[in-house]
Amino acid sequence: MATSAAPAPTRRRQPTRRSRWWLEVGWRYPVAAVIIFYAAFPLVFVLSASLDERGSLAGTSALFSSISFQNYANLNDTLFWTWVGNTLIIGSAAAIGAVLMGAAAAYAFSRFRFKGRRFSLTSLLILQMFPQTVAFVAVFLLLLALGNVVPALGINSKLALICVYLGTALGANTFLMYGFFNSIPQDMDEAAKIDGASHSQIFWKLIMPLVSPILAVVGLLAFISAFGDFILARIVLVSSENWTLAVGMYQWVSDQLSARWGIFSAGTIIAAVPVLILFLALQRYIVGGLTSGSVKG
Amino acid sequence: MTTGQDASPETVKPKPPRESYARQIQGMGWGFLVKLLLMMLVNALGLSVILSAWNAEAWGILTASVVLLIAADVVYFSKRMLPLKYIYPGLVFLLIFQVFTMAYTAYVASTNYGAGHNVSKEQAVESALIQDERQVADSPIYPLAVVRGDGGLGFAVGVDGEVQVGTAEQPLEVVDGAALDDSGRPTEVPGWEVVPRAELLSDQELAQEVTSLRVPVSDDADEGSLRTREGSTASIYRSSLVWDEGAGTLTNTETGVVYTADEFGTFRGDDGSSLPVGFYVNVGFDNFVKAVTDPDYAGPLLKVTAWTFSFAILTVISSFLLGLLFALIFNDDRIKGKKVLRTLFILPYAFPAFLSALLWRGMLNSEFGIINDWFFFGANINWLGDPWLAKFSILFVNLWLSYPYWFLVCTGALQSMPGETLEAAKIDGAGSWRQFRSIQFPLLLVSTAPLAIASFAFNFNNFTIIYMLTNGGPRFTDTSVPLGSTDILISAIYQISGVAGGRADYGLAAALSIVVFVVVGAVSAIAFRQTKKLEEF
Repeated sequence: MATSAAPAPTRRRQPTRRSRWWLEVGWRYPVAAVIIFYAAFPLVFVLSASLDERGSLAGTSALFSSISFQNYANLNDTLFWTWVGNTLIIGSAAAIGAVLMGAAAAYAFSRFRFKGRRFSLTSLLILQMFPQTVAFVAVFLLLLALGNVVPALGINSKLALICVYLGTALGANTFLMYGFFNSIPQDMDEAAKIDGASHSQIFWKLIMPLVSPILAVVGLLAFISAFGDFILARIVLVSSENWTLAVGMYQWVSDQLSARWGIFSAGTIIAAVPVLILFLALQRYIVGGLTSGSVKG
Repeated sequence: MTTGQDASPETVKPKPPRESYARQIQGMGWGFLVKLLLMMLVNALGLSVILSAWNAEAWGILTASVVLLIAADVVYFSKRMLPLKYIYPGLVFLLIFQVFTMAYTAYVASTNYGAGHNVSKEQAVESALIQDERQVADSPIYPLAVVRGDGGLGFAVGVDGEVQVGTAEQPLEVVDGAALDDSGRPTEVPGWEVVPRAELLSDQELAQEVTSLRVPVSDDADEGSLRTREGSTASIYRSSLVWDEGAGTLTNTETGVVYTADEFGTFRGDDGSSLPVGFYVNVGFDNFVKAVTDPDYAGPLLKVTAWTFSFAILTVISSFLLGLLFALIFNDDRIKGKKVLRTLFILPYAFPAFLSALLWRGMLNSEFGIINDWFFFGANINWLGDPWLAKFSILFVNLWLSYPYWFLVCTGALQSMPGETLEAAKIDGAGSWRQFRSIQFPLLLVSTAPLAIASFAFNFNNFTIIYMLTNGGPRFTDTSVPLGSTDILISAIYQISGVAGGRADYGLAAALSIVVFVVVGAVSAIAFRQTKKLEEF
């Protein structure tokens, strides 16, 4: 970067426009190139590895030395697509549940004044600080006990995992939504109320359409956190046909990292690209949501 | 919404007040029908849970489900409690899967729940009796047919030309009108369906169920029970242990050893031996004491705790600084294509974290990894196998994962900074370093401090990065405990708990969870105070 300003000393008195540009703005472009390389080379590497016909980690350092879709085809011989399905089911159910329950609670806190409102808000604020994953031993034991009574809610049930994820729906999302709900003027509710709309009509037909951006953010965040969760999914889902992508793909790599690198890369591309696109498309909303509440990294 | 203005003049008119149409249909509209249907469903489900809890004698679940169901009915059918109608569904999940699990963690932390101690005393006695069951030496061999009925699987045996049927709950009793074949095996039993032999042989799960089925011979437990090994003949099994409820002892009738329950939930014999089955007991603070004094645990756990704090602090600072640096460099309106650059910069953040960690695991592989190949001339640097290099690798990978977050946050904060203050400083002659140090940086800290603390709390429990990248390894060599030098508290808890295999020690794991809760709670409490202080400032 410094070398690019080299011509400057020779014409020190009257730096040309060009060298001034280099000094103040221009040097940032090479820096940007370095950062982009740093950010993207692992992703380029995994794309190249997924197209490598040998399908193992050895020899992948020469990028795009062969282009073949063998690894993608090989995914069909594994449970990969089952895991994709499970992840989609669990993630979507957790996202929809989180959106509905979070929105309903935020509506109540934002629009009604009731006894214990402040107390409930404070308790929620405190509760959401404690990560549920830390209590996984208790979750495991609870599901063992529940499974004896209701087998559908026991260990190795997707429904049970969804319920576990929904446990955090209120704590994590209510605050994010509460602020957004408050920004919608109360006068609108009043007008609708005078028209004879009931509280549920106001909620479903008036408020929900107005807050749809935050609903999308909360839904996406809930989906991503279910998508990325390993520890709870690992202890709840036992048999391989119930696994989510996180559990299944970890198993591939932890067993035989080198030999299964090809299918892992192909699976990574398939699993990550939709999330990547969704995230980048909605980045404005997500960043707003992240800075005002939950944190991913 | 806009019709509000049209309708209001009508209501002001001095006519006899007419009820609005919306009001007329209230209570009996579609909404009410949907609510009714939903509540019917909820009640049906709730009742079935209550019934099966009753059958399984799970009193805790029974109480909880009764209370929750009644509460649901009260909330949704009373005219009042409007706010609760909206909060209740989320609240139920919150109470069961977060509040309860946290409280239960505290309870488990005070017990020795774990391998060998994972049932209540009653169940421990029962399973001790079952485990000790042996085939009675002079037991007759009965021709057996496995039967299926409403109460599940049962055994039908031919005894002296008669057929007796029983299930796990129902002792053997004579059934009339059954048919036997030449070998004395029942072929037809009224009220029961005889399971064909071929099905037993082909269905693994069924076969397992049959071999673990125990049908009591009579109401007296001491007479033993019928069991089968292969599904065609049954014989009587009896436990050599006898449970004396009054004295609280198990006596082995063959050897005469008397087993008494000790304070640790183990049945100890008077000859010094002990039974493999124990039960959990309250041990108070023993788990906490064990974590700091047990020579196997104390050293490794201390190292793990130190690394947890250093990892969380270092990763927040490093990614904050890198993100801030990038944000400062690219927060300039003269740069073209800022949007494209920004999108490319945050690629690692948009990539699912667990996949990134696994990806780096491959890239850092000492033999075939591209990090060694590309940047270190093919040297065999064992990034993930050396304690210090592994720690460094984790910090490096997590930096890659999380600098985009701070880049975005700092960019946002820099852009929302009041321009006049900087302008004033510039006029006063402050250089760009001075501007940054005295104005931008302090303002930036105010707006990002809460996020930094949240990020600390997140990384304190960042299980994914540790487990996916190194599995917590390389293992400590000076202890038998399955912990390693990159384990943080949450991954240590995971290893100790044994939920994914290995020896289970739920009590100790829960105790460590409590420690994590306390740390996270304290940090968050400080954060709240600090943010208020910073804002005042």
